[in-house]
Amino acid sequence: MAIYLDSNSKIIVQGMTGAEGMKHTRRMLAGGSNIVGGVNPRKAGETVDVDGKALPVFGTVAEAMAQTGANVSVIFVPPAFAKAAIVEAIDAEIPLAVAITEGIPVHDSAAAWAYNVEKGKKTRLIGPNCPGIISPEQSNAGITPWNITGKGPIGLVSKSGTLTYQMMFELRDIGFSTGIGIGGDPVIGTTHIDALEAFENDPETKAIVLIGEIGGDSEEKAAAYIAEHVTKPVVAYVAGFTAPEGKTMGHAGAIVSGSAGTAQAKKEAFEAVGVKVGKTPSETAALMREIINSL
Amino acid sequence: MDLFEYQARDLFEAYGVPVLQGRIADTPAEAEAAAAAIGGTVVVKAQVKTGGRGKAGGVKVAHSPSEAKEKAEQILGLDIKGHVVKRVMIAQGAQIDKEFYFSVLLDRSNRTFLSLCSVEGGMEIEQLAVERPEALAKVEVSAVSGIDKAKAVEIAKAANFPSELVEQVSDVFVKLYDVFVKEDATLVEVNPLVLTTDGQILALDGKVSLDDNAEFRHEREEMERDQLDPLEAKAKEMDLNYVKLDGEVGIIGNGAGLVMSTLDVVAYAGERHGGVKPANFLDIGGGASAEVMAAGLDVILNDPQVKSVFVNVFGGITACDAVANGIVGALNTLGDRASKPLVVRLDGNNVDEGRRILNEFNHPLVSLAETMDGGADKAAELASK
Repeated sequence: MAIYLDSNSKIIVQGMTGAEGMKHTRRMLAGGSNIVGGVNPRKAGETVDVDGKALPVFGTVAEAMAQTGANVSVIFVPPAFAKAAIVEAIDAEIPLAVAITEGIPVHDSAAAWAYNVEKGKKTRLIGPNCPGIISPEQSNAGITPWNITGKGPIGLVSKSGTLTYQMMFELRDIGFSTGIGIGGDPVIGTTHIDALEAFENDPETKAIVLIGEIGGDSEEKAAAYIAEHVTKPVVAYVAGFTAPEGKTMGHAGAIVSGSAGTAQAKKEAFEAVGVKVGKTPSETAALMREIINSL
Repeated sequence: MDLFEYQARDLFEAYGVPVLQGRIADTPAEAEAAAAAIGGTVVVKAQVKTGGRGKAGGVKVAHSPSEAKEKAEQILGLDIKGHVVKRVMIAQGAQIDKEFYFSVLLDRSNRTFLSLCSVEGGMEIEQLAVERPEALAKVEVSAVSGIDKAKAVEIAKAANFPSELVEQVSDVFVKLYDVFVKEDATLVEVNPLVLTTDGQILALDGKVSLDDNAEFRHEREEMERDQLDPLEAKAKEMDLNYVKLDGEVGIIGNGAGLVMSTLDVVAYAGERHGGVKPANFLDIGGGASAEVMAAGLDVILNDPQVKSVFVNVFGGITACDAVANGIVGALNTLGDRASKPLVVRLDGNNVDEGRRILNEFNHPLVSLAETMDGGADKAAELASK
């Protein structure tokens, strides 16, 4: 078991024929992901050879799904066209869309999210601006180095890409059920809470690492959710104690969230509900190690 | 990017939001000329991105051009909460009857837009939200349908605007939403929005934050020129995500989260080494190449405050050998300009090859660290000497 992504996942890549898309399609294949094709309207009908595997290119997500039975799309489309790509995935009602693209204007992600809500949330969107999701030894939809860790009992949900890698690397001897990078953008599809809920329901996941960073109130909400709904042990790490006050965090923003969005506020929210917070990534890994050893 | 008041005013004017005349001045003489051009009573306003300007003496009324010159002399150079006033705006005076508040912003928590509105404007909005929350209307705005005339009327009514003003203010709300959407803003705030004694609605002071991700579809070069610290401007030119801080340990890393975490770990280490702090935030991004590494090192080594540099890279997408080659290339390019010790911690993808390259390079200023904590400690120690 794992969450959202497993060995039955059939993946298509939107933007596969671009430089980033091709590079990571190759890596995902090398790691054993079942990639079944790509989407690019200008190259529809062509076949691309990726390290000996012939991958068909389709004109639309819907067509790719109909032809291949794909149930996951990974999106590498450049920022200016990313909104259209996400909307297309939503229209096709693909169960999981993972938007890796960094630098999407927030008005575009907000509009895409509003569209998904309007359509009844038939698509689980992860990202944008994230490393994607990996269920080690089963499937990898995104840019996480596939060989960084093996299968194991830890579930990981993180706002940050490189901190995800760092944490998986530090705990690679224990292993992970699934690691999800939800992305650090202001508007994202899958939240800390969504992942916590899924990990709580996943029998293979025994403990959860949550990584947050300054800005927004996702961590505070996650803390409240943990207190009510999560029975599995959780350890947290928050980055940004010494970061300067966010430049785009205007006065009105703080009023709305009812939180200062600071690392300190987030840490206190976790500790108030009994979640241990590591001071550094390595201390956080050590806390998780203790928990796993005591299970 | 947060705009200065005068930049917000110009933007409002371009979208037909009613504003008063405003001209910028960097010297008292320019202030005098601006006041003469506007005529009548003017207000000299410090252009700084912080609240509480009025209390700090940064806003003064002048009844003649010579008085405007005098007031500008007092305000220019003033330190308001750490922001030194380099520019003032000379604004046309107004006879104010009532003050209101309006904003539209990204509501991150609910993944949508939100409008805040009150007939009790003028005061700090944080204070209003705490003291009289019932006086602050919060109306959700869909990112798909936005603020059309009907929505604007709904907002005005929710804020209890008198019925004879609803028509007039709602027109202004629609225009302000236009600014919000068409300029890719994350915040458009007017405080105060005023009713003048002769019945006009005017946006008297505005705050606008623009989404940097949307830069590719806007012309913002001119606005940006007025914004940045020189080192930040240089970094921006090279497409680096750099923020100058007030410390001694230069930081380079990949990925915003890891770099933020590195700042924290260096600050903790600094507590053991004379209180040294991180000198900057610099994220060289996922696909960090040799050129980007060289550009990043160049910016950091140009900061006279920096005494040591900590390069902390986890090779995910980036391979460590590429990062190592970047460091070698950068140090070769910089030559004698590379005069500060570098602590490098590499882990992840191709780490052995990366470390081998740096060991072979054997540069007297470069030392390798095994772990992030160890590297931070070493860099802090070097900076404290």
